[in-house]
Amino acid sequence: MTPTIAIQQTEWTLPDRGRVGVICLIATEFALFTIFVVAYVFYIGKSLTGPSPSQVLELPVWPTICLLSSSVTVGIAARALKGNQLRKFKMWTAVTILLGLEFLRQTALEWRHLIADWHLTITTNLFGTTFYSLVGLHAGHVVLGLTLLLLTLGLGLRGSMRGQGRRFELLAWYWHFVDAVWVVVFTVVYVIGR
Amino acid sequence: MATTTYADGLEKTEALPVPSKLHEWIVTVDHKRLGIMYIATSLFFFAVAGVLAALMRAQLAFPNGKVLPPEVFNRLFTVHGTTMVFLVGMPFFAGLANYLVPLMIGARDMAFPRLNAFGYWMFLFGGILLYFSYVAGEGLAGHGTAPDVGWFAYAPLTERAFSRGTSTDYWILSIVISGIGSTASAINVIATIMSMRCKGMTLARMPLFVWLMLVVSAMVVMALPPLTAAQMMLLLDRYLGAHFFDTQAGGSAVLWQHFFWLFGHPEVYILMLPGFACASEIIPVFSRKPIFGRAAMIGATVAIGLLAVGVWAHHMFAVGLSSSSNIFFVASTMLVGVPTGIKIFNWLGTMYGGKLRFDTPMLFCVAFLFQFLIAGLTGVMMAAAPFDWQLTDSYFVVAHFHYVLLGGLLFTLFGAIYYWFPKATGRMLNETLGKWHFWLLVVGFHMTFDTLHFAGILGMPRRIYTYAAGRGWEGLNLLASIGVIFQAVAVACLIWNIIRSLRQGAPAGNDPWDAWTLEWATTSPPPEYNFAVEPRVRSSRPLWDLKHPEDPDWKYE
Amino acid sequence: MNSFSRVIGLWCVMTGVALGQTVHPVGNIFDPQATPAESVYHLSLLVMAVCAAIFFVVAGLLTFTIVRFRRKGNDGHEPAQVYGSNRIEVAWTVIPILIVLVLTMATARVVIALQNKSAPKDALQVTVIGHQWWWEFRYQDLGIVTANELHVPVSTTAKQSPIFLKLESADVAHSFWVPQLSGKTDLIPNRTNTMWIDPRQEGTFLGNCAEYCGMQHANMLLRVIVQSREDFEKWAGGQKTEAAYDSDIQVARAKFLSLSCVNCHSVSGTSASGTFGPDLSHLMSRGTLGSGVIPNTPENLRAWVKDPQVIKPGNLMPNMQLNARELDEVVSYLSSLK
Repeated sequence: MTPTIAIQQTEWTLPDRGRVGVICLIATEFALFTIFVVAYVFYIGKSLTGPSPSQVLELPVWPTICLLSSSVTVGIAARALKGNQLRKFKMWTAVTILLGLEFLRQTALEWRHLIADWHLTITTNLFGTTFYSLVGLHAGHVVLGLTLLLLTLGLGLRGSMRGQGRRFELLAWYWHFVDAVWVVVFTVVYVIGR
Repeated sequence: MATTTYADGLEKTEALPVPSKLHEWIVTVDHKRLGIMYIATSLFFFAVAGVLAALMRAQLAFPNGKVLPPEVFNRLFTVHGTTMVFLVGMPFFAGLANYLVPLMIGARDMAFPRLNAFGYWMFLFGGILLYFSYVAGEGLAGHGTAPDVGWFAYAPLTERAFSRGTSTDYWILSIVISGIGSTASAINVIATIMSMRCKGMTLARMPLFVWLMLVVSAMVVMALPPLTAAQMMLLLDRYLGAHFFDTQAGGSAVLWQHFFWLFGHPEVYILMLPGFACASEIIPVFSRKPIFGRAAMIGATVAIGLLAVGVWAHHMFAVGLSSSSNIFFVASTMLVGVPTGIKIFNWLGTMYGGKLRFDTPMLFCVAFLFQFLIAGLTGVMMAAAPFDWQLTDSYFVVAHFHYVLLGGLLFTLFGAIYYWFPKATGRMLNETLGKWHFWLLVVGFHMTFDTLHFAGILGMPRRIYTYAAGRGWEGLNLLASIGVIFQAVAVACLIWNIIRSLRQGAPAGNDPWDAWTLEWATTSPPPEYNFAVEPRVRSSRPLWDLKHPEDPDWKYE
Repeated sequence: MNSFSRVIGLWCVMTGVALGQTVHPVGNIFDPQATPAESVYHLSLLVMAVCAAIFFVVAGLLTFTIVRFRRKGNDGHEPAQVYGSNRIEVAWTVIPILIVLVLTMATARVVIALQNKSAPKDALQVTVIGHQWWWEFRYQDLGIVTANELHVPVSTTAKQSPIFLKLESADVAHSFWVPQLSGKTDLIPNRTNTMWIDPRQEGTFLGNCAEYCGMQHANMLLRVIVQSREDFEKWAGGQKTEAAYDSDIQVARAKFLSLSCVNCHSVSGTSASGTFGPDLSHLMSRGTLGSGVIPNTPENLRAWVKDPQVIKPGNLMPNMQLNARELDEVVSYLSSLK
């Protein structure tokens, strides 16, 4: 027995569950990053020994340009996929991946410089602890995003991405989030913290 | 080829051979099965953690007890607390939500059925990992030690210097893993509620149970990350030499407390709100009246969810924060009591003027009301920070939170079991056994926890494995320990009732309680697809409208 | 009740009598003997009165409802379907908010009075350092270092003498709780907290560490010994002197100083200057051993030195594996440290 009650025939639209899910995921990740940022800010200036941020950090301008541009390119790719322009989608996804990889490469170079030249590691002092964990957590999310983008590129090359514009858009949202986190990290670590 | 015939006559034909029952349960993504798995597993862990508690109370029954050595006792309270919070409370929420939300909103399943299964298995593996530490964890006493740092694991006791070996890491990892499962469940619940309601079910018309689960899920999504983050930091400290909580290197022990309680306080609301959800469904049905003040109840719930993130440092009144910080948290903590109190008043208002039926579900909810009232009031006492300076970290606060979680949450969960077991299984639980369960639990619960308030007032701190005679604690502890016997027998009654009723309980029919929400509109148990035709609703009590076409709710809402 | 605990109880009374002191073993928070505990007590009366009133009103209504609106017979009619009342909702929102306001203000006053009290110039200052699982007390101005028993002068209306405690920790988090004197305050490493007490009654007040700190948290007991001014000065004078040097037991002394005891313990005027364990300079002036675990009697002292792990398993003083002769000598030396 199921209730069948006549109701006025109004539009019954509900939000897309994929969107709700990804928004929740972004919210939870946002909370996670907030705690690491709070820890970073809390420990600014509290290291018992050096080196200090102002000594060793340089503004990562080029990596930031790469990462923020990749948000633009992934947006273009998403729109292309929705409009069924598959070649355009594949090309701009590839560009996004390359920009992301360049960001990671720059991070790796920076870390090598910090470790080899300044002997700054996660155990050196509070700055090292909070720097590597926060930047590393973000970089880990970049890796995750790149993995998923590579997956969609691979699927695209196989021709399986047709009609998946809605799903790719969710991935693009995740990527935008990762970039937005970078803006916060950049500001807190390289601008305020220095 | 195999054909299944459902209770309402529809048939399903399988092209492949039907796998074994066990295999079906293991690979299931059906929200009802997963809901039952969540609840059954959490009841199992409840029994285990109850045994741990019984052992502790045996040790504390007499001064200078020799039942357990200190290291065993310290592991017991750690694992008892961790189990009850993460392996009983959280999965019960997940189980109830997963089982009932799709049914109550007229949906076919959760938004992400596979994510649902993922969440369950993560929870189970996390739980197994915690108990595996008894076999494999290393600590100060050699092999086979479970964590012994307390369920909130304050730093720097948890740092490598003070907690050698791997026992603490088992605590960290098991919670991280089951926490991922909880977060997955929460996201699933939110997406289901937002995106899969049947036609006509606006947010305003959702059952209160669904509203509460929505708020709880939002809290899980926002409140679990501080814990996960803190645990990641602790792992970095312990394994990569980081200094987040390493006080020798300038790290802050208080920072752990801030992060933990930022999670921890919303967590206790996450634990309690599902109990409110059950009470909000049971009390109206057994009072034969709609919930009093629906909008206020929803508003109060949202208010609790929002305010809950602003009270965390009332767990830290003795830490030595500034007087202005302390006063802020006094104010916010007392304030969060207001919406909670409003809920009690509205349940009371629901009962007032009704025709009260005291079947077992309602008995548990009535006891809940009295007990939660007391629990809330002892909470108000501790919100007064200077009073808390005496009461915190003593048996008073132990009594308080057991009053909330046992007297409040557990009673409503037991009520929920009696209420929804017929729906899930098609059979009624036995009322006589139910009443035995109820009264034995009331006696045992009060014998133990009323008494322990006084032990705290007389200066007994918590987490002590023994105490000397002459401190005024002997008689109280003995009485508290005797209460455990009654509680154990009560729970045994429930388990026996469940086992017996599964085989020979009276048939329940669709709607044994004459209730008003959508889950009672389908068979007991519901078919895999829940509803043959998607329901359409016009009010918050669709079945009331059907049963009383001359006086439907939608005329008044 | 086994014989061990009976001995403790008996000993408490005997020590009290011996010291001319009453022992207050029951830390009843509603029997305050110092201003902080008393301020808390008065606040608690207000809060409990409000809570009791709320309880009686709500529980009374609940009981009335359960009795009055029980279903009597089954006439098949549903009761009037009341959906709510805005006026009632407002009432039972506003009234609780007012109660919250009153309680918050009353509480704030006590918080400020207790937390922000500044130390008068001549106040006795003691630094309390928490260790796993014992208490170190350093009277900086008096040059005294002792363990586990905090001696303080009584505070009279004639001469108010609050004692200010600086709380620090050498390892993990602990908490100082002597219920009849004050609420508890935590001792947290890398952080200094302060609290104060002004005990108004002479006697020994018992307390506990109130923050789980590891294996022997249960046995990290506190004794605050409140004495008259003269007795306190006498005690302080005795503590300030160098550890007793008894020429009769030179051999024993030499043996003690040659063992690794000195790596953890200090004895003033000797080469023993370890800081990991309690200062032993005036060990025999203390009523207990192991931070309140056992009374300080010759048998217990011997048993402790022989194998502290039997008495307080897991504590950080290992079994030193002394042979019988070494044990005799160490114990006889320690027994001389009055």
